[in-house]
Amino acid sequence: MIDWIVILQAGVASGTVLLFASLGEILAERSGVMNLGIEGMMLIGAMTAYKIAVVTGNVWLGMVLAMVAAGVLSLLHALVTINFRADQVVSGLAINFVGIGLSTVLGEGLSKSGAVNLLPTFSLPLLSQIPVLGPILFTNHNPMTYLGYLLTPAAWFYINRTRPGLHLRAVGEHPAAADALGINVYGLRYRYVFIGGLMAGLAGATISLAVSPGWFSDLTTSGQGWIAVGLVIFAQWNPWRAAAGSYMFGALRRLILDLQGPQTLLFFANPFYYMPKLGFFLQMLPYALVILILFIGSREAMKKRLGTPAALGVPYVRGERGL
Amino acid sequence: MQDTPNAVEMRGIVKRFPGVLANDHTDFDLRLGEVHALLGENGAGKSTLMNVLAGMYKPDEGQIIVKGAQVRFSSPRDAIAAGLGMIHQHFMLVPTQTVTENIILGLSEPHFYLPMAELDKRVMALQEQYGLKVDPRAKIWQLSVGEQQRVEILKMLYRGARVLIMDEPTAVLTPQEVDELFVTLRSMTASGHSIVFISHKLDEVLAIANRVTVLRHGKVTASGLSTIGVTKAQLALLMVGREVVFSVDKKPAVPGEVALSIDDICAENDRGLPALRNFSLQVRQGEIIGMVGVAGNGQSELAQVITGLRGCSCGRVLIAGEDIANMKPYAAIKRHVAHVPEDRHGVGSSPGLSLADNLIMKNYRESPVSKGWVLNRSVVRKQANQLKTEYDIIAPSIDVQARLLSGGNLQKAILAREMSAGPKLIIAVQPTRGLDVGAIEAVHKVLLQEREKGTAILLISEELEEIMALADRIVGIYEGKNMGELPAQTATLTQIGLMMAGTPQGSAQTKEQ
Ligand SMILES: Nc1ncnc2c1ncn2[C@@H]1O[C@H](COP(=O)(O)OP(=O)(O)OP(=O)(O)O)[C@@H](O)[C@H]1O
Ligand SMILES: [Mg+2]
Repeated sequence: MIDWIVILQAGVASGTVLLFASLGEILAERSGVMNLGIEGMMLIGAMTAYKIAVVTGNVWLGMVLAMVAAGVLSLLHALVTINFRADQVVSGLAINFVGIGLSTVLGEGLSKSGAVNLLPTFSLPLLSQIPVLGPILFTNHNPMTYLGYLLTPAAWFYINRTRPGLHLRAVGEHPAAADALGINVYGLRYRYVFIGGLMAGLAGATISLAVSPGWFSDLTTSGQGWIAVGLVIFAQWNPWRAAAGSYMFGALRRLILDLQGPQTLLFFANPFYYMPKLGFFLQMLPYALVILILFIGSREAMKKRLGTPAALGVPYVRGERGL
Repeated sequence: MQDTPNAVEMRGIVKRFPGVLANDHTDFDLRLGEVHALLGENGAGKSTLMNVLAGMYKPDEGQIIVKGAQVRFSSPRDAIAAGLGMIHQHFMLVPTQTVTENIILGLSEPHFYLPMAELDKRVMALQEQYGLKVDPRAKIWQLSVGEQQRVEILKMLYRGARVLIMDEPTAVLTPQEVDELFVTLRSMTASGHSIVFISHKLDEVLAIANRVTVLRHGKVTASGLSTIGVTKAQLALLMVGREVVFSVDKKPAVPGEVALSIDDICAENDRGLPALRNFSLQVRQGEIIGMVGVAGNGQSELAQVITGLRGCSCGRVLIAGEDIANMKPYAAIKRHVAHVPEDRHGVGSSPGLSLADNLIMKNYRESPVSKGWVLNRSVVRKQANQLKTEYDIIAPSIDVQARLLSGGNLQKAILAREMSAGPKLIIAVQPTRGLDVGAIEAVHKVLLQEREKGTAILLISEELEEIMALADRIVGIYEGKNMGELPAQTATLTQIGLMMAGTPQGSAQTKEQ
């Protein structure tokens, strides 16, 4: 039988990874810089976190260094796109390959490390007693899941209700206007690309130390960085929508795994059980969905400008005409 | 007057761009409480000089003195801190943010949390003080151009700016909005603010400014001249270095066959609202139809439908008898329709391409510019150079990117391209907006020459003087509907005003059968 509570609970936990990555990307893109290298930065984060945990046994140190490592990689992207005004897509793809390559090399042999400390899981008192929601949201989760609950409203509040958030939006919408009022466009873009990197590192570390522990080379993230890129468009650069999308995708991934378990589905023979190859088809669906979202997103969001930061992807140079 | 202290002094400013000396040892001084107009041809270096004053550009030489002390600005923030605020030729507002958000943008207070209700109130109080009304909670994209300008002024006042630099503030305003702006400017100078006012409209300059400084090729040709007793003709002479004829002499029209016939067109605007409602119009060879209307009543959409840039949901666009409605723009180009669009950067030119490439953008398919699919670069360069000289386009070379041209010179380039293609029908939208008097004279001459050659011309303009001077028939447009037409010789400003306000005039009443 399919246990929906378990699916949703696991969905929330694994959706947290997407949430971190997409929140970081939302901040970067809101400032006008697209970073397609999330997948690579997540891999660096996942590998670093796991390696530090193996070597020192300290998961928290692992989490922190994972963020730093991915953050450093994102600074490279910032340098190339903000200072040298290179194409953001090209640089993002390059960052991605750097991330994949570096993590594969540095993570050599890491998969055979045996037992490793992982992030602890615990339930929240009182809140976990709420019927239905309690077991899904507040029972046996790792601290990162709970952190995700806090970060979503915090990000929304920061973007929409604070002075730095106002500056962030201005830099992504009309950098020349921001510059004319003395806002440091380059500085802010650096800051948010870096925060995007930190968040991607955190997302990667959450995978390797909690959600699906271990190091399996580039299968560790299995394309979730790309799903996050799609989610940002789906979310129209809004943290709440990003959270909804992340948890939904998380649950979907788990559902697909569970669909292949039982022998019968709704009284019929389960085709995914009897023909395991169909499982690959199922596993493809979330990614196909991303392509669909990107397709619709590029047609609708870009045209009707549903929340797309107007200066997204456009390098800024003071005093240039026609921008 | 002489002993009034200076709010700002600029001494020997030099600013070079690659291939251009935009300011050549330019001096400028601004007294406390005056409106000082800055005049000059397109590309004379007015915007550049003021951008230097506002901290956008660093001067290569020269000094800036504010209230007696020498200053050095490394960014606009420094200039704002010294009390200098600039309102740019293209507004610097974030379209998706509210009025209040735009006003407080870039300030370090409030530090973190934004108490929006409280801030809205502060903005309201400032509005009250200067009589600048605009809803603080509205988003910028919802505002009219005049309202957006008020936001720009409020932004500077909120920062305590004592000197306001306005780069062509009236270019995009309706006549009523200009009057309102002048009331605001007078109340500001009365309370001790000083204003730099850049404009090409000499009447306005004479109406509002106390003194004028004139630039030509980056050099000062008249410095701080009092406007008392000065005439338009004198100012024009200082600007362009020759006599400018303000009146056009026009031979009587010899209308030929119908070149453009618009039948019952309906179309929507970008927001999906009806922009044209069963609009009909005919333009004959050898005549100029002047279309009047307040901005946003469907003029732009009409031009786009005719040139194939916008589809229409009903009706026909007949060019020499053939319906080209809902066809690609190339259908219009092939039928020799020239288009001088309102949006010079987006539609009229490709800002990232060279001037030469922009000049051949319409005839690149034809021999001798291309043979098959290969462009003949030497022919391209020859043609481009020819047009550059013929239309007096001021640019360091034909290889310079189009976006680096000054507004007026870009417009000349677009006109050069469109007119050189031998048009049979010209759709000209605001063709002289932002141009200097000399250039306006040139544009008018070109349009009249084309008319004499038998070209049909639809002139859409908000400059009533221009319409009165050039048009043979005047057509009104209001909320996408035709308000009738008047013969230009007998039309009065009152009648035109009524059409613009939505009261049909002339032949419209008889047409409804
Ligand atoms: N950022 C830039 N890069 C290169 N050249 C420039 C730049 N800005 C201005 N120029 C050139 O400097 C000269 C002066 O331009 P400026 O914009 O100051 O003229 P203007 O007097 O404001 O003209 P207009 O009335 O058309 O606005 C022009 O030849 C222009 O092409
Ligand atoms: Mg200018």
